[in-house]
Amino acid sequence: MSFSFLEFLKSLVELTTGTYLRQVWGDAPWVDPTLDVIGALLVATFGLLIVLVLIWLERKVIARFQDRIGPNRVGGKYGLLQPVADALKLLTKEIITPAGADLWAYNLAPFLIVVTVLMMWAVMPFAPGMIGVDLNIGLFYVLAISSVSVVTILLAGWGSNNKYALLGAFRAVAQMVSYEVPMILSLLIPILLARSMSTVDIVEAQAVPFIIVVPLSALIFFISSLAEMGRTPFDLLEAESEIVAGFHIEYSGMKFAMFMLAEYASALFMSGLFVIVFLGGYRFFGLETYVTSGGFALGNLIGLVAFFIKMFVMFSVLVWIRGTLPRFRIDQMMDFNWKFLVPLSLALILVVALVDKALPVGVSAWTQAGVHLVSNVLVGAVALEILRWRGRKQREAQEGRQEGLESVGVEATVAEAVAH
Amino acid sequence: MISDWRFIAFMVVITPLFPALPIGINLLLGPRKPNYIKQQIYECGVETVGDTWVQFKVQYYIYALIFVIFDIEAVFLFPIAAAYGQVGLFAVVEIALFIVILTAALAYAWGRGVLKWV
Repeated sequence: MSFSFLEFLKSLVELTTGTYLRQVWGDAPWVDPTLDVIGALLVATFGLLIVLVLIWLERKVIARFQDRIGPNRVGGKYGLLQPVADALKLLTKEIITPAGADLWAYNLAPFLIVVTVLMMWAVMPFAPGMIGVDLNIGLFYVLAISSVSVVTILLAGWGSNNKYALLGAFRAVAQMVSYEVPMILSLLIPILLARSMSTVDIVEAQAVPFIIVVPLSALIFFISSLAEMGRTPFDLLEAESEIVAGFHIEYSGMKFAMFMLAEYASALFMSGLFVIVFLGGYRFFGLETYVTSGGFALGNLIGLVAFFIKMFVMFSVLVWIRGTLPRFRIDQMMDFNWKFLVPLSLALILVVALVDKALPVGVSAWTQAGVHLVSNVLVGAVALEILRWRGRKQREAQEGRQEGLESVGVEATVAEAVAH
Repeated sequence: MISDWRFIAFMVVITPLFPALPIGINLLLGPRKPNYIKQQIYECGVETVGDTWVQFKVQYYIYALIFVIFDIEAVFLFPIAAAYGQVGLFAVVEIALFIVILTAALAYAWGRGVLKWV
């Protein structure tokens, strides 16, 4: 690595973390607010522009899963400019307002959904010192803001004056509200282990990544965040084959684009949140604290790269799931949440809290992780065993019924009826 | 601490500009020729019958009620989780009781058939 390149990286890091501007401007009273404004602009711009990359990535990866090439004309061999072309096309489309729409609700929804997603990025630590603002209630803030998106979807569905949109909004609200419960409960466990709600503190507490310490909690969070985002297999809220497109059916042009944008941005945010809470965020085998001999914290840059790689890997997993799994039925989805995930996460909280208190003070991080891991696996095994027992009972009941039918010779008639 | 929220306040002011800009450009660039047919509500090619804003399935309402219980529970559990290092054994038992009572509420709702999607 040549010296000038290192210098360039240094100035980049200093600019983004505000150190450089603080040196230039000194400590006048207006400096901090100005830095906040710049930071807010940077965070929001990032949240918006990264979506162009995401759309390209998702289309390309999905195409590969379906044995196609994907976008390959606009912007060179790899179709890199496809999202830009799409955005330009949408910019010149007519915005149609349906007759009889509730104008306030209808027009407010696309604004609010983007605002909520961009607001969430404020507490995402990209690298050491590179964060919008380190709120002491970071995760609580994220959950609070993400609840607003439920209201937004209801506004869109209700305001459109369309039956499909309203049905989609009902489904969306029922689903997001339900899956918020296991999501909140599974987020409690990392908070309990880190003893803090701040996103930075949670990252710093992960000498052992929490996915090793509490894998069950990570799994519950992952599943329920899939449902929160409304992605496959939980994409009932925009099932094309059932309710056309769900809550955004009556939107066109850029207003429609805002919903797509918010969907992708929140998918990336949830991947990022998973990385922060369970995969150690910007931590990378201790390299993130590395400082060069010149006093330049190269570790910050390594942390940034590590965080982005982890986040995009998680996003690719989301795309992978979309390319693999079919959609749930609504009753299956609700049952899975209320009869499996919620009781399981309640039991898990109880177990983790008790195990954590039972451990003597001052044991090493790895011992602690091991004990938690074992208790987690045990809880998961018990849950699966209960499921198996229930399934067996149901199957036996069904087989018993069938035998009863056979004895009176009804089965042949039933089979004949089915065949017709 | 309170100065942390200044950043959030700026975010609240700045973020609405980001959707406003593309929608504004769209309003300028895009054509605007509304007519009766175009503005009709989409319903697979037929004209929509009756009012859209009808009564909805009561099931949604029940799920929302159960959700409120658990959401309030979260409000209580978050501070406890954050301060878990300082709480004593008595508090731990209390938390356990709290969670058990909530689980009992869920089991009650389950037993009464509330969670059955009809």
